[in-house]
Amino acid sequence: MKPVNSVVCMKPVPDQRFWDKVRLDKKTKTLRRAGIPIALGPLDKMALEEALRIREARGGKVTAISMGPPGTEEILEWAIVLGADDAVLLGDPAFAGADTLATAYALAWGIKKLGGADLIFLGNESLDGSTGQVGPQVAEFLGMSHVTHVSKIELVDEDTLRARFHIEYGFIDVEVKKPVVLAVEKGINEPRCPTLWGTVWLRERKISHWSADEIGVDKTKIGLSGSPTQVSDVTTIELKRKGEILTGEPSDVARQLVQKLRAENVLPKG
Amino acid sequence: MKEHKGIFVFAEQRGGKLSDVGLELLGIGRKIADKQQEELAAVLIGHKVKPLVDELGEYGADRVYLADNPLLEVYRSDAYAMLMQEIIQQYKPNILIMGATSIGADLAPRVAAKVNTGLSAHCVGLDVDDKGQFVGQVPGFGGAVMASVICPNHYPQMATARPGFFEKLERQKGRKTEVVNVDAKFKEGDLGIKVVGTFVEELKSRPLEDADIVVAGGYGVGGKENWKLLEELAEVLGGGVGATRPPCDEGWADLEGQMIGQSGKTVRPELYIGVGISGAMHHLVGMKNAKVIVAINKDPQAPIFQAADYGIVGDLCQIVPRLIEAMRISP
Repeated sequence: MKPVNSVVCMKPVPDQRFWDKVRLDKKTKTLRRAGIPIALGPLDKMALEEALRIREARGGKVTAISMGPPGTEEILEWAIVLGADDAVLLGDPAFAGADTLATAYALAWGIKKLGGADLIFLGNESLDGSTGQVGPQVAEFLGMSHVTHVSKIELVDEDTLRARFHIEYGFIDVEVKKPVVLAVEKGINEPRCPTLWGTVWLRERKISHWSADEIGVDKTKIGLSGSPTQVSDVTTIELKRKGEILTGEPSDVARQLVQKLRAENVLPKG
Repeated sequence: MKEHKGIFVFAEQRGGKLSDVGLELLGIGRKIADKQQEELAAVLIGHKVKPLVDELGEYGADRVYLADNPLLEVYRSDAYAMLMQEIIQQYKPNILIMGATSIGADLAPRVAAKVNTGLSAHCVGLDVDDKGQFVGQVPGFGGAVMASVICPNHYPQMATARPGFFEKLERQKGRKTEVVNVDAKFKEGDLGIKVVGTFVEELKSRPLEDADIVVAGGYGVGGKENWKLLEELAEVLGGGVGATRPPCDEGWADLEGQMIGQSGKTVRPELYIGVGISGAMHHLVGMKNAKVIVAINKDPQAPIFQAADYGIVGDLCQIVPRLIEAMRISP
């Protein structure tokens, strides 16, 4: 059996525990997230795990790639500690402000510079933006097939794999030939925990930093200027309602509530 | 003369039945089309799906682009994306909207990349502004912020929209629509993806999105025993039971498909009753459009009280049984 070369795309996201600290800059309509730690999303870990398991079964190589601001090294270090052979950071101010199309374009060119891949893994959607768009778009730029919402993968033969595309109330099983982009969803596997050996491994590895020039992209297609979508406005959501607190003994508040709901006309008609 | 004209909606079908979200998008699409004085078209891809054409017309489509081939019976990303690309290049729509279902979310980004345009994801609001610019409302960071996303210089302006946020039009029996057949001469060998099996779960109950009343529980419910109280309350009210993430993870009940929030269902019932739910943003975005919101929680500081119309501070074991009684007496 031929070894399988996999690339895992990872996204730096602000640590979910600090989301209430994300503030809106009213002037620039952007989110101020300075000082908020970067984390590796749970689905990114599952994407990496799937690639590592295929390497263990078939041999080959696993490379982690990410595009992001300084600090993104940290999630790539995690990938190496967990078992990735190599890691690449597309770190260049020219990439900043990219929407999904410009992000996918940059990642695709980074993967081209790596010499392509048999399998490209990523999480089905990120924790913060949750668009789920980058996978199919990377596939388009590389001329590969894609399968999203993947809840199961089986290698069938040298060139073919079977993937389960999870849809609402069911699934579609497909067979697809390499190379292919696979966007994995929750439940596909139980990611491994880091080990002490992983940290030793990390010391022997170096994360490559590639600029826009080094991957040879068309600079009009990356970053803010290469993004067809724009955020025209950002608002914090106002959820406040009247919040009338009913007080009294339990049976009394229950009665009060029923009266209020009757007046609002939201109870079933007896 | 504008080069790009028309509002196109992807009419997702599975097993020869139209998805609700496709019909919902014809509803919002009709409003945008009327405002822009443009046509509303549906794109229907499948096999032997011609009978669905009339339904699309009756729900507002002026025109239906129909692609029929045995290989299109079940969704496959490559074939569907290729057809969408052909339709876009030939008919040059101004706006293209798809449902943010698994299939829509798989197809839309691929199509956007093929035709080099922007795509706003999982929109909960869609409109055109005074200048005719299409604007999608996109929630982010667990729903704590809402971004307005536009795509000013590329066509079509694309969006996926979450199910349950837009209303279908009233069905107008006999409303006519024009059919345009799209050439779909695929052979199995042309396609990189082969469908080898499909499975559809049998629905045990009515989907939560359709319930007029939703009783939802959070971590504060505390366990399986108390969870039964919620089920009883829902039963008395003829409603559905929903949950935040912890009860699903804890396995207090079979809650497959019942999670409400950013990563689960969006519900818009007449009445929502939240029990033992603190009110994290990622839950609130899934129920904030309920007509009336009631919160029951023992912590008076729980943020959910701010987002509720009526609140009861207290022990659910005391309150919920009294509520069940009171509802029974006064149905």
